Amino acid sequence: MENLANIQVIQNIVYIISSVMFILGIKMLGKEATAVKGNYLSALAMFSAVAVTCLSLEIDIKIILAGVLLGGLIGSLIAIKVKMTAIPEMVALFNGFGGLATFLIAWSQFNEPGNSMFQHVLIMLTIYIGGITFSGSLIAYGKLSEKLKLGKGSIITNIFISFFYLSMPALIYVIAEPSISDFIPQVPSYFSAFLVLTLVAGIGFVMPIGGGDMPVVISLLNSLSGIAAAFAGLLLLNNVLIVAGSLVGASGLILTIIMAKAMNRTITNILFVGYASSSQTTSSEEQGEVKPITSDDAYLILENASSVLVVPGYGMAVAQAQHVVREMGELLEENGTEVKYGIHPVAGRMPGHMNVLLAEANVSYDLLAEPDDVNPSMDTIDVAIVIGANDVVNPSATEEEGSPIYGMPIIEVHNAKTVFVLKRSMSSGFAGVQNPLFFRENTRMLFGDAKESIGQIVAEFKD
Amino acid sequence: MEMYILLGFVLLLSIFLGLELISKVPSTLHTPLMSGANAISGIALVGALMLSSAGQMQDILAFGAILFASINVFGGYLVTNRMLSMFKKK
Repeated sequence: MENLANIQVIQNIVYIISSVMFILGIKMLGKEATAVKGNYLSALAMFSAVAVTCLSLEIDIKIILAGVLLGGLIGSLIAIKVKMTAIPEMVALFNGFGGLATFLIAWSQFNEPGNSMFQHVLIMLTIYIGGITFSGSLIAYGKLSEKLKLGKGSIITNIFISFFYLSMPALIYVIAEPSISDFIPQVPSYFSAFLVLTLVAGIGFVMPIGGGDMPVVISLLNSLSGIAAAFAGLLLLNNVLIVAGSLVGASGLILTIIMAKAMNRTITNILFVGYASSSQTTSSEEQGEVKPITSDDAYLILENASSVLVVPGYGMAVAQAQHVVREMGELLEENGTEVKYGIHPVAGRMPGHMNVLLAEANVSYDLLAEPDDVNPSMDTIDVAIVIGANDVVNPSATEEEGSPIYGMPIIEVHNAKTVFVLKRSMSSGFAGVQNPLFFRENTRMLFGDAKESIGQIVAEFKD
Repeated sequence: MEMYILLGFVLLLSIFLGLELISKVPSTLHTPLMSGANAISGIALVGALMLSSAGQMQDILAFGAILFASINVFGGYLVTNRMLSMFKKK
């Protein structure tokens, strides 16, 4: 018995050390110079916490080895094989698995006899948050990888949404069940029904949210998986779970707020309203004519430009154009042109999506600028090249008060001397808002696949 | 109950600490930070290892929790590392 007590002391000491390493690790992850080391430190913290937990096990070691080895193999394979453009959906998927793990932990605890009232509440909350994180992340994965096309407005989506709203009173019922079961007729299989309902509710939670709002959803789901882990920690009376889980919950929350601010919208508006219902106020006045341009002419203008700003969006990710974009940037620099990249915080499908893509293509990160850095000097830019971005460069956000995106901070490319917009067609962005930028006097549209269009410009430079 | 109050205290302090730590991160690092935090949420693995074993059902639940938490941990750290190795200054 004394031996067991000693083990617990050792475990708790190591848990405290791991917690400190997690805290330092996440702090270092937030600075460019120390990010890699921060990730290693956090991995070391994870390893120590897991290793010391193995000193006292009740589960058969074979089950543990099988689970860890198989899970490690699957996780590593996905992580190594995945293309960098598929990162948003991978993060969503891993996150979902974390949520599922806490869901199963709480389920297992429910099956144990002798839970106190407080433990019962924690079990239900953990199941609810973990379950919603899991199925919500799977839906986010489906949407990001474009396997799932269902969106707002379809009947199936509406059915799932109803289940989401139904799940909230259901949560209150299951929490209160032990204390009120003497007064109301008991539902024998209420727990199984609740397990299924949380999973269905997660689907209804994420399904109506549009692609352009995905950066917010991903951050929020990330935050939820941390909160679920922290609740599981309270349930199991384990301090390292609480500390690590809360850190993730808090960091996810901050990212969610940053993303929502970058769209000038509140989180509730993104989650429960969406653009569709607010876009009726859009003015539909005649916008004028668009002026197309060919790659040849674009090349001639670029050759004489002394400063160029590249503004990428999700379209660059779809066209996989980041490598030719980098090549064009280098050729322009050799030609004596100053090249910068203007990155909007919500461009793409997850926080920092464009930064990752350009980093993959070897663009030096000191060339990447945020909207506040480039907007004041926009009128000195000769050519702004918009690649597959739309809402983040829409001047309606600053000029047209009735517009649904009015007030959203944008990259004000319309103030540049010339704007090239690379686009497949004239369709509008996720917000469903027409973009007056395309009809501006100083705008030239370069229609077609971004990778091909830029490839042609690169070829001209090389001749 | 005293234990819970103490742990609730730990919970709240950690949340505040997290909010303080992350509030000023450059947007370049948003993705690696999110992915790194995602890997940390795999700490559920520790919770999964603490489960007790009583009967087949409990074993299945424990196995599932360990399996999925491990995918989260290994996948999360490796993807983050791969992403960070691409960020460099020329």
